[in-house]
Amino acid sequence: MARAHSVQRKTATTVACWLVGLVIFFPILWMAITSFKTELEAVNIPPSFLAFDWTIENYEIVQERSNYLRFVGNSILLAVGSTLVGLLFAIPAAWAMAFAPGKRTKDLLLWMLSTKMMPPVGALIPIYLLFRDFGLLDSRGGLIAVLFLLNLPILIWMLFTYFKEIPGEILEAARMDGATLWREIVYVLTPMAIPGIASTVLLNIILAWNEAFWTLNLTTSDAAPLTVFIASYSSPEGLFWAKLSAASTLAIAPILVLGWFSQKQLVRGLTFGAVK
Amino acid sequence: MATRQTRLLAHAATAPSTLVLFLWMIVPLAMTIWFSLLRYSLLDPGNESFIGLLNYEYFLTDPAFFTAMFNTLKLVGGVLLISVVGGTLLALLLDQPFWGRGIVRLMVIAPFFVMPTVSALIWKNLLMHPVQGLFAWIASIFGLQPIDWFAEAPLTAIVLIVAWQWLPFATLILLTAIQSLDEEQKEAAEMDGTPPLPFFFYIVLPHLARPITVVILIETIFLLNVFAEILVTTGGGPGNLTTNIPFLVYAQALLQFDVGGASAGGIVAVVLANIVAFFLVRMIGRNLEA
Amino acid sequence: MGRIQLKGVRKAFGEVIIIPSIDLDIGDGEFVVFVGPSGCGKSTLLRLIAGLEDVTGGHIEIDGVDMTNVPPAKRGLSMVFQSYALYPHMSVRNNIAFGLKMAGQAPDVIKQKVEKAAATLNLSSYLDRKPRQLSGGQRQRVAIGRAIVREPKAFLFDEPLSNLDAALRVQMRIEVTRLQKQLGTTAIYVTHDQVEAMTMADKIVVLNGGKIEQYGSPLQLYEKPANLFVAGFIGSPKMNFVTGELARQQGAATIGVRPEHLKIERDGTGGWQGTIAVAEHLGSDTFLYVDAGPLGMLTARYIGELSLHAGDHVSLVPEPARIHRFDESGNALRG
Repeated sequence: MARAHSVQRKTATTVACWLVGLVIFFPILWMAITSFKTELEAVNIPPSFLAFDWTIENYEIVQERSNYLRFVGNSILLAVGSTLVGLLFAIPAAWAMAFAPGKRTKDLLLWMLSTKMMPPVGALIPIYLLFRDFGLLDSRGGLIAVLFLLNLPILIWMLFTYFKEIPGEILEAARMDGATLWREIVYVLTPMAIPGIASTVLLNIILAWNEAFWTLNLTTSDAAPLTVFIASYSSPEGLFWAKLSAASTLAIAPILVLGWFSQKQLVRGLTFGAVK
Repeated sequence: MATRQTRLLAHAATAPSTLVLFLWMIVPLAMTIWFSLLRYSLLDPGNESFIGLLNYEYFLTDPAFFTAMFNTLKLVGGVLLISVVGGTLLALLLDQPFWGRGIVRLMVIAPFFVMPTVSALIWKNLLMHPVQGLFAWIASIFGLQPIDWFAEAPLTAIVLIVAWQWLPFATLILLTAIQSLDEEQKEAAEMDGTPPLPFFFYIVLPHLARPITVVILIETIFLLNVFAEILVTTGGGPGNLTTNIPFLVYAQALLQFDVGGASAGGIVAVVLANIVAFFLVRMIGRNLEA
Repeated sequence: MGRIQLKGVRKAFGEVIIIPSIDLDIGDGEFVVFVGPSGCGKSTLLRLIAGLEDVTGGHIEIDGVDMTNVPPAKRGLSMVFQSYALYPHMSVRNNIAFGLKMAGQAPDVIKQKVEKAAATLNLSSYLDRKPRQLSGGQRQRVAIGRAIVREPKAFLFDEPLSNLDAALRVQMRIEVTRLQKQLGTTAIYVTHDQVEAMTMADKIVVLNGGKIEQYGSPLQLYEKPANLFVAGFIGSPKMNFVTGELARQQGAATIGVRPEHLKIERDGTGGWQGTIAVAEHLGSDTFLYVDAGPLGMLTARYIGELSLHAGDHVSLVPEPARIHRFDESGNALRG
């Protein structure tokens, strides 16, 4: 509203909102602070918030673990890989649904979304057994395939909504200008769709990075991403809080950054457009 | 806008995705159904035998199933309550003008982007640990006994962890919805001299009814499948206190190696999810037309 | 070099028949306007000619060649869209050049042609801007530039001026007409505005419910409308229609007289009597909306200022030679 609110009210609201925000954010903040403590300091009571000897030894230790880089690499590979494969399937499908819809298109789209609602446990056993029998357990390829299938409906859905926002007449103008279908897609559609594609990619990477059912059940070491690495801290030896904090901070930092940029896409993608 | 040419191409363009998703749906489901009709244990492979609906009988009469069912309902219900009520209040608060909106928004949204294993372990160790956790320390300041969360109230602990992760989602959705409330409606209400509480109940809440329903449906779909947090904190225990349906199926399959029984459980989970999915798909379908 | 023929062209979307059957012959260099009310099928017809939609039946020939199954890219036509449909991520220069680029012409040839088209349309100083930096009128000119630079067999215009404000519309109307005359290319122009149709066209096609009501020059449509629909559609304000005894006296089911052909007499005794309900004084014209009792509401037009007002009693006498007669099915009676 374009009217001036009393400064009093704004101040009160500001205080309230910041308080709420800090309370909600606090666990993450606390984790980040703990990552800079020594293990002894981390379990010290009463806990200190700022007045301690800050150290980066935990980050060093975590990164020195020879397999830490493998976990990071796997997370990146799985997230990016499944997204790229997904785009290969999703861009043509979304193009077709947005620009050449048929009678069944809406039903098809709804059905695809419904596959995302299937509980993973319903498929856990067969997938696990199939993977075991075909040597796909703990393989990056196998997991990329699963993540790809998991997120394909969301990719198609989001690209569909973004494509729908491109005025059809502009594509028709390209056709009148002599462009074949391929050139229409390359010279006109894709440049106009790049922001939408980028947003979709962003959200998909986040979802794949955080996936914690199939990654936990189908991998052990070779293909294990960071979700598994952190899970290994659930039964640790000795003092581990500071190291856990450091590892966790490293694991979630990139995603927090990406997540900040993809708030709108989150609403679009995960409510399947049911909220505008 | 489509001509014959483009229509054929359109079919070719969607076919791979349709095929791939179809197989992804049908093959595992069919196999799970098949397994659920067998006596099949990974400890005794090669000796499967057809036993009809016996697995379902065992699964559905197993006290563990009832516990898991209740736990699932408690988990879903608890998280929904906290996230929807909390989300609505937060959305209303954040819709007000104040300084530093961008940063506060970031802080409120952040938990959703933290991977479940990290959330669970941070809460379990750094916050909820009965001796060295932060909550214990805060309790001691007030002279209260610190709660040993995972021994005394493990399911509540899990509910808190999961609710923390999903509160941002509900807040974001509802905030978006509140901000889409037509400016002119607000001004009309002001011209009519509507005080804040009736304004909330008669104008804002009805406007939010639909988004809240969407949030509930979507969260339910995902909450029925909570797994990582349980695996990493309690392993379903103590006893069965934090086992939900997905975890029960997982435990039976990969810990007890009872493929037959676990498959029956998996199908039960699928049926439950389908009920919720039916309503959600209908809602989305209506919106697609709009 | 721009002759377009439609033979038995038919279009249906599923069960709904938009165009039952149309035959039309458009000569080379002609400016033909498709006009009609919303939903009459004029845009659909244009898109069928363009190739953006498939025909359900019939043939479309361009310069004698059957193009019915040829994709739009290969028909050699240009289209100017109502929303301009400019490529938002390309500069004006590249927008205009795109068609030439698709045709594989050499870069220096493209550059030359683009600059020539831009000069014709006064766009030379905007060549490196993006569409979002242009005004509505400028964007429209870019859309036209994109169309003319390819030297097509015919231009297709789909209500190109509807999104412009009134003053701009008048100006662009003149520019488009002048351009077409200059280039001599066939043009098919779709509009719902009969003023645009009358001022721009060599020939007008009046469409209603997917059928051609009449095909002729503007003056032909004005002076000799073939039926009630055309008579009521062309000319503003609308022609006055009278049925009943007065029409029967003239040997017709309905007679029609245009507002400008009614002689207005204050407190007159002859002709059609009535009381003025509303009088509009524009300075250049005076429009009188007269309540003529059993005859209904009649509109009369006086060129110049006539000092009559609401409540005044008038008589309206139609010029005998300007009375149109129509039979029961609405067709005009001649002779």
